Amino acid sequence: MSDMNLTLKVWRQKSKDQKGCFETYKTLASEHMSFLEMLDVVNEKLERDGKDPVAFDHDCREGICGACSMVINGSPHGPEKATTTCQLHMRKFKDGDTIVIEPWRAKAFPVLKDLIVDRGAFDRIIQSGGYTSAATGGVPDANSILIPKERADEAMDAAQCIGCGACVAACPNASAMLFVGAKVSHLANLPQGQVEAKTRVQNMVTQMDKEGFGNCTNHGECESSCPKEISIKFISKMNREYLGALSHVQKSAAAE
Amino acid sequence: MNRDCPAQTSIGKKVLMALTGLMLSGFIVGHLLGNLTIFAGREWINSYAYHLEELKPLVWAARITLLGLVTIHILTAICLTIKNRQARPVAYAKKEHQTTSVGARTMALTGTVILAFIIFHLMHFTFRVTHPEISNSLDEHGHRDVFKMVVMSFQRPELAFGYVAALTLLFLHLSHGLWSLFQSIGLLGERTLPVAKKISCAVSFILYLAYISIPLTCYFGLVKV
Amino acid sequence: MASSPKLNSNIPEGDLKDKWQNRLAEYKLVNPANKRKHKIIIVGTGLAGGAAAATLAELGYNVESFCYQDSPRRAHSIAAQGGINASKNYRGDNDSIYRLFYDTIKGGDFRAREANVYRLAQISGNIIDQCVAQGVPFAREYSGYLANRSFGGAQVSRTFYARGQTGQQLLLGAYQALERQINAKKVTMHERTEMLDLVLVNGQARGIIARNMVTGEITKHVADCVILATGGYGNVFYLSTNAKGCSASAIHRAYKRGALMANPCYTQIHPTCIPVSGDYQSKLTLMSESLRNDGRMWAPKAKGDKRPPNEIPENERDYFLERKYPSYGNLAPRDISSRAAKEACDEGRGVGPNGLGVYLDFADAIKRLGKQTVKERYGNLIDMYNRITGEDPYTQPMRIYPAVHYTMGGLWVDYDLMSNIPGLFVTGEANFSDHGANRLGASALMQGLADGYFISPHSVSNYIASVKPGKVTTDAPEFAAAEKETREKIKRMLSINGKTTVDEFHRRLGKIIWDKCGMARTKEGLEQAIKEIRALRAEFWKDLKVTGGENELNQSLERAGRVADFLEFGEVLCMDALHREESCGGHFRVEYQTEEGEAKRNDEKFTYAAAWEFTGVDSQPILHKEELKFESIHLQTRSYK
Repeated sequence: MSDMNLTLKVWRQKSKDQKGCFETYKTLASEHMSFLEMLDVVNEKLERDGKDPVAFDHDCREGICGACSMVINGSPHGPEKATTTCQLHMRKFKDGDTIVIEPWRAKAFPVLKDLIVDRGAFDRIIQSGGYTSAATGGVPDANSILIPKERADEAMDAAQCIGCGACVAACPNASAMLFVGAKVSHLANLPQGQVEAKTRVQNMVTQMDKEGFGNCTNHGECESSCPKEISIKFISKMNREYLGALSHVQKSAAAE
Repeated sequence: MNRDCPAQTSIGKKVLMALTGLMLSGFIVGHLLGNLTIFAGREWINSYAYHLEELKPLVWAARITLLGLVTIHILTAICLTIKNRQARPVAYAKKEHQTTSVGARTMALTGTVILAFIIFHLMHFTFRVTHPEISNSLDEHGHRDVFKMVVMSFQRPELAFGYVAALTLLFLHLSHGLWSLFQSIGLLGERTLPVAKKISCAVSFILYLAYISIPLTCYFGLVKV
Repeated sequence: MASSPKLNSNIPEGDLKDKWQNRLAEYKLVNPANKRKHKIIIVGTGLAGGAAAATLAELGYNVESFCYQDSPRRAHSIAAQGGINASKNYRGDNDSIYRLFYDTIKGGDFRAREANVYRLAQISGNIIDQCVAQGVPFAREYSGYLANRSFGGAQVSRTFYARGQTGQQLLLGAYQALERQINAKKVTMHERTEMLDLVLVNGQARGIIARNMVTGEITKHVADCVILATGGYGNVFYLSTNAKGCSASAIHRAYKRGALMANPCYTQIHPTCIPVSGDYQSKLTLMSESLRNDGRMWAPKAKGDKRPPNEIPENERDYFLERKYPSYGNLAPRDISSRAAKEACDEGRGVGPNGLGVYLDFADAIKRLGKQTVKERYGNLIDMYNRITGEDPYTQPMRIYPAVHYTMGGLWVDYDLMSNIPGLFVTGEANFSDHGANRLGASALMQGLADGYFISPHSVSNYIASVKPGKVTTDAPEFAAAEKETREKIKRMLSINGKTTVDEFHRRLGKIIWDKCGMARTKEGLEQAIKEIRALRAEFWKDLKVTGGENELNQSLERAGRVADFLEFGEVLCMDALHREESCGGHFRVEYQTEEGEAKRNDEKFTYAAAWEFTGVDSQPILHKEELKFESIHLQTRSYK
């Protein structure tokens, strides 16, 4: 096992309202470690020294929960394609490397502490319409709705989004259109999602704008940083759905 | 949920950018076709200019439309850019780019310079205020001698290469803008996306070559008065 | 044997087939106009919690939902890969409710409650319908119909799946339903909020004490009843396939408040995980059971064979599952497959740097189906393996080793999923109810959603309608007392200022439990483990080092609270394992095995669920027994040969 000496420059920020700055740490790492395990080692040392460990979001550590969120050397989730931070392994780095670690940077994702940001904006976007309104029970047999395999596959391609926010972090404009596009497309691709498709896209776009995300200018950075490699074709699909819904006027729910 | 006016939403603005961009691109093609008559000789381009003058009301209608399009394109761009800048109040200390192109990253910059260029271009050739000494001669039919004006202008290195430089920026702007506009109005999909990017580059490069052929041929004396 | 009077399983009358319908008919209802006057606390937003929150809110109740993650969408149900079982019989391969019921009871080694399992099999089909209506993109055939795959422990294809991300898609379905209710203001969501205690008023569960993990604020929440859907306790082993934040704290605090902890010794060790690579290892990564549809497990026949796998000829390989269990082969259930892999390693035939691994080989599948098909079926898993190990499973077999994956034990609940504390409901992995001593693959998602969408909403309504919990506020002295205890515990942890980090304690606890209460358990080992855990616990309270303060985002403090609970819970786990002098499912006592090394149950003495009552941190808990009656299936030796 080859050990490597690393220099880490880590963003430290006590809380939402305080100013942050970079701090430098030296550490040893094995090539078999995951990136987060490397940080665990740094943190345990900090704790033993009576210092505050680096706070970062993480949970499943197998690339699916979407909690981990760091910009590593300028790339969200680090240099390896289609990989979340928790699945990034240290064999991608070499002895003597300096690694800069920053939180997601976006107005809509305020830093809570160190590398932890608040991604509640994503939840609020889903709240505004990212669902089908199927009440529990009283639904037809699963096989009564036939869905061509290609459509189901495309819906799945979009539905894979883990909501990590790397798309926003990567976008030069901090736009959330890949996230929103993926959910709009997932549901718009399926017959079950058709009924509410028009109000869904309108409401989700409105909420997205309200949260203070930037606008897509088609850089494609989101797609290449997405750990699930979700295609920007879904942004195009969202735009199409949105334009298709222009003539649709929503009736107030209060009129029921 | 209350719906915003479509033109005020992010997608609405992108669509505005796309549609005005599309129409302006159409003008760029038309304008080029007119300009290329220079290679057919003095007669052709001067009579093209003369006939254009005769259609004055139409020309003015076109000019006002273009002015409108440019205004919408620019104002929307300003709105979008301000919002985009606000969306990331703290910049990254280190940021790597993966796929984005020079064209994409410099849209605001190229756009601004192109605007300045357009103003100069109008002053230069349309309103003829920058170089009156070469812009106001007439040909043997008593028509404005556009041919002479163009050729003599581009014999000056600062004008020839200034135009080439501005057109390079226009090329960059179009290389990203052309496919982007189809993406923004939702026409692209899995198969068409990569194709659109290539076509966009190719078309804007062809336009670029065609446009710069005029100052370059004049400067190097391939087209002479 | 008669059940302890404390444990009324409350199983409905009637034929097994009719029990659930009968119970539904008996349930009292709450008038729609009155529902909005009642509040329900739900802790956990995984499949069981998220689905229940959405459904109860939709019914008209006010719901307060809690999760420790930054969003309900991150609950660990999301990590389930392979699929979800349902007895739809869409393949026409003679599947049925009875067969799913039978397989689950047998898979659980006859240690689950018949009535609950039958209900689970009955509901399984509705779950698929519900999820499809929500837009879950299950895999489809070219005909447009739903696709199925096979899974361990069954001879029919009844598993529905969405690539290797079934849990994710099902969870997102529940999450979206939940978000819809948040938007409708029927659910108040508390993200980054951890439950730290359960509050009982007049013997009924009436609320919780929670900590806002961003500000450190301690808050009190009151409701008509409380649902715990907080998952399993696999992280007591430190290394497991659970998420880092998964803990036993919620169920352990409920246990300390009087809820009974049932069968904690039933822990599932999943056979196919990526082996440990070093001391810094923070978690183990599962490779879906579905890989065993096409992958073949083997170890070299010779001890200490250090040749690379591709140089070991066919006749020197031992395809141990196919050899030992010819009728199920590589699809033998998890407990059995794990033990077989461990056995090979114990014999010195393990592979990899530390000899703790066996091969899972796709060479035959690639030969038979082509690389492309294998890639389509398992591509994302193979890529994940490649990222973690740097090895390519298309050209050399995967190395795998068993790891803690799921815990069948949990808080004791009756047929209505209510614990012995009135008003405390426990659902999903957090309860003990449906999987007996071993869970079959693709059944966790099924149970979580059955509990969340179709069972708890009705039983909770019935509770509110029949018990009519009266008006209580957070001003009740019980809330103040619980809050005070919570604050004191936090202060105590922060004030020790010793030398050892939380993670160090957790690793040491995990090692004790894995070594002595893991895949093979002995009386001596367990007794030793209990002693060691007690000593470690004492050391924890003397030498813990937690930096930072209480009124801030403090991840070390969060972990310390969880590890403190694990240090108590681990002892209960070992006590249960010690008392159960038989081997069954995931609980393997070395003293009780057949000559062939298979688990040997003792039905005469142990056909019961063991439910432990807390009596004090350092004192022996009281054992209560719920007798398990098998009326539809005869107790038999479980065989997959």
